[in-house]
Amino acid sequence: MTTTLETSETKLATDLKQIATDVVSRAMKGGATAAECVVREGDEFSTVVRLGQVETLKESGSRAIGVRVFFGLRAASTYSSDFSAAGIERMLKSALELAKITSEDPYAGIPEAGNFGSLSGDLHLYHEDVYSLPGPERIEYARRAEKAALDADPRIKNSEGGSFDAATGRKVLANSHGFVGEYRRSYCSVAVVPIAQDENGGMQRDYWYSVARSLAKLDSAEQVGKEAARRTLRRLGARKVKTTHVPVVLDPMVASSMLEHIFEGVNGDSVYRGASFLAGKLGQKIAGANVNVVDDGTMPGGFGTTPFDGEGIPTRRTVVIENGILKSYLLNTYTAKKLGLETTANASRGLAGTPGIGPGNYFLEPGTKTPNQIIAEIKDGLYVTEFLGHGANLVTGDYSRGASGMWIVNGEPAYPVEEITVAGNLKDMFCNISEVGSDLEFRGSVASPTIRIDGLTIGGE
Amino acid sequence: MVTANQERFFFEHYGLTNHDLETYLTAALSAGGDYADLYFEYLTSTSLMVDESLVKSASQGISAGCGVRVISGERTGYAYTDDLSPKRILHAARTAALIASAPAKTTVAGFQQKPARSLYPVALPSVDADITAKVELLMRADRTARGYDPRIKEVRASYADELRTILVVGSDGTFAEDSQPLARLNVSCIAKTDASSGRGTSGGGGRVALDFFFGDKTPEFFAKESARQSILQLDAREAPVGEMEVVLGPGWPGVLLHEAVGHGLEADFNRKKTSAFAGLIGKRVASEKCTVVDNGTMPWRRGSLNVDDEGQPTQETVLIENGILKGYLSDKLSSKLMGLADTGNGRRESYEHIPMPRMTNTYMLAGQDDPGDIIRSVKNGIYAVNFGGGQVDITNGKFVFLASEAYLIENGQITAPIKGATLIGNGPDVLTRVSMVGNDLKLDEGVGTCGKDGQAVPVGVGIPTIKIDRLTVGGTGKRETGGFMQ
Repeated sequence: MTTTLETSETKLATDLKQIATDVVSRAMKGGATAAECVVREGDEFSTVVRLGQVETLKESGSRAIGVRVFFGLRAASTYSSDFSAAGIERMLKSALELAKITSEDPYAGIPEAGNFGSLSGDLHLYHEDVYSLPGPERIEYARRAEKAALDADPRIKNSEGGSFDAATGRKVLANSHGFVGEYRRSYCSVAVVPIAQDENGGMQRDYWYSVARSLAKLDSAEQVGKEAARRTLRRLGARKVKTTHVPVVLDPMVASSMLEHIFEGVNGDSVYRGASFLAGKLGQKIAGANVNVVDDGTMPGGFGTTPFDGEGIPTRRTVVIENGILKSYLLNTYTAKKLGLETTANASRGLAGTPGIGPGNYFLEPGTKTPNQIIAEIKDGLYVTEFLGHGANLVTGDYSRGASGMWIVNGEPAYPVEEITVAGNLKDMFCNISEVGSDLEFRGSVASPTIRIDGLTIGGE
Repeated sequence: MVTANQERFFFEHYGLTNHDLETYLTAALSAGGDYADLYFEYLTSTSLMVDESLVKSASQGISAGCGVRVISGERTGYAYTDDLSPKRILHAARTAALIASAPAKTTVAGFQQKPARSLYPVALPSVDADITAKVELLMRADRTARGYDPRIKEVRASYADELRTILVVGSDGTFAEDSQPLARLNVSCIAKTDASSGRGTSGGGGRVALDFFFGDKTPEFFAKESARQSILQLDAREAPVGEMEVVLGPGWPGVLLHEAVGHGLEADFNRKKTSAFAGLIGKRVASEKCTVVDNGTMPWRRGSLNVDDEGQPTQETVLIENGILKGYLSDKLSSKLMGLADTGNGRRESYEHIPMPRMTNTYMLAGQDDPGDIIRSVKNGIYAVNFGGGQVDITNGKFVFLASEAYLIENGQITAPIKGATLIGNGPDVLTRVSMVGNDLKLDEGVGTCGKDGQAVPVGVGIPTIKIDRLTVGGTGKRETGGFMQ
């Protein structure tokens, strides 16, 4: 046995919190005026079953450590996957060296002491049951989901497979103001990507999935497979349409992209740089009166929930848009200082670099109409179920994306359409959200019900 | 040849021996797989950002690990570890082995290192270069962009480099080492007036040393280009909408090929018959003026590799020749299952990922037409010279790419700049509408990153000026002119 092996045995038993606080105190001893350390540890399992046969099986774990040091108003960061004493020493040394070449930034620094903390109580983020299924049953979950799709209709002849994934992760954050926080999260999901073929040989694929923090809350394999089949089959025989202007309905999966655009627009980093057309619009009307957008990092069990943000500030609930009025940007400490505001505890921290800004559970509050009621009110329109490409420019608001979905005729989704574009300007689009559906459901940290937007240009033949 | 100082890197730094490698592969095949391989990776990286003329962010990092793959028929088992101790690698090997269920296969062939190219022989990898020199590049970019025009209000310049040292060994005797440098510099600008705003972005790099940025492609070059684009957008008109003639300028617009045909020709999708191109080998998929290749052997290029991430030397592969579909891009698994040659396109993001067929540098060969004649031949269309990213649904073939700098062509003349617009088409037939191909093939500047199944890898694209007779342009079609108010 080699010494490397012995080192690794010892380190596995060591508390991650201890590692993080040690790194912080060693950075301070090395001359830093402030320091912050993050440790991440995680493991993952994933399997794909295609046409009934196991295609891939993956199982592993990894961890990494990152440190950010300050010399007054200068900062730098380093990271490593090597937890040996030599590896950590090297990481620290290069951080202290690197800080010499950065600039003094009057707004730089970790948050003031007294702001740190962690939400108390069980946030229901970790459930051991995600790994409770024995290996063969995990494979079976994926196989059954795919089978439900393949059995749904004879036109579903092929598939990119059914999959089952599980993962757990632990994150520790420590800083030189004495904050040490830790949380664990779990995750599992089942997904199917069927392929349907029509009599002319034309192929379409779509997908469906369920994701949960606990295996007990995961949808059944059959539910997921059937929904994937339904979504795929309705695309068969899709056609182009003539260029036109009609009302557009976005299903929840694509409507959440509108929320992402709003997020990018109210993100403090875009705001202080003037890279967002929403900069300087606090207190002004930026969307329809039926639009209420909330970011809430505290919801028990939520996909965007954490007890503290990437800088160790307790998460909170922030109303971003109320009745169409912009109420708050989403900020970390740096961008809050730049704008003369308070952080909203939206700091997101990777292993390296300066903290960014990320959502908690970020959503559009639901309205009262069902999706069917919203569609029923439209004589001639487009129901979008998929966007292609990334054609949103938050500096100018210009918006142009590829789309596919269903054409609405007399209040019903009548036939599938594809190879079309949807274009407008986000400034108008946010204001022209004329309906908000009742069907809010979280499938990730960003969620939206069905929405209707008027005034868009549909590009086609 | 790998760079001398990196040769036998894992043997020297981790005490690895040939005997260890055989032990791990034997463990990987202990449940009877057909093939096993080990991918050792040691990655060092640097990133720097200048924002508001301050060096706001500097970071460096190291990650190392080993991925073990076992193939049994069409099945793949995979496990990895970030701890290169024998115990952890053996554990990963035994985990990956579970994909198979047959008697153990203990024969592991003797390792053979094939002679490999040296496409990026840097004397000093940029990750080891003086960091103050990199900072100075960014400060130069910042000064140039800010000095370009008083309407430039925000500038961000970033620099990132890495050195990836790999060792791939396989139970078939594969033994390949490589040391892969990668560097890029980016400048983004925001221009503003009371009435309007615009953004621009430009950058470049490759598998190059720091001296690359002291040649033609200086920080000033990228800064001016980024600033020019952002100023141009201030006066951009609404883009037209509907089907029309589209001329693509040379270089980065080759992203069309990447999306429209490249992904659809990756062998895994064709083996599974999930690609709109499945079964079209030997058929016409483009006009006879179109020849498209994927070439991983271009010196210094961002998409190039001496060997792919399965240890196979890269090559030039003809995908479409004079309009006829000739071949797919394959990795070990697909070539074995489909009975094709391995084209050296097996790539992966890191040791945590299973390799799959991926593009390297994908481009269209130059044609005969004069670029000026191509523009003059268009009565009513657009001329698109810069693009954002793209995306494709490989099953129905629909692809998009976003024109970020484009102009109207009216009666053979380039007229006004237009706002960003998505172009959408159908992969298997868009190239059949290519009626003119310019003599001005150009590769991109070296900033492309391709995503597939959640794995990002660096790639290159290229194209000469081409004319597509009909493509859907996704503008708003509104009639306002420049400097309009909304």
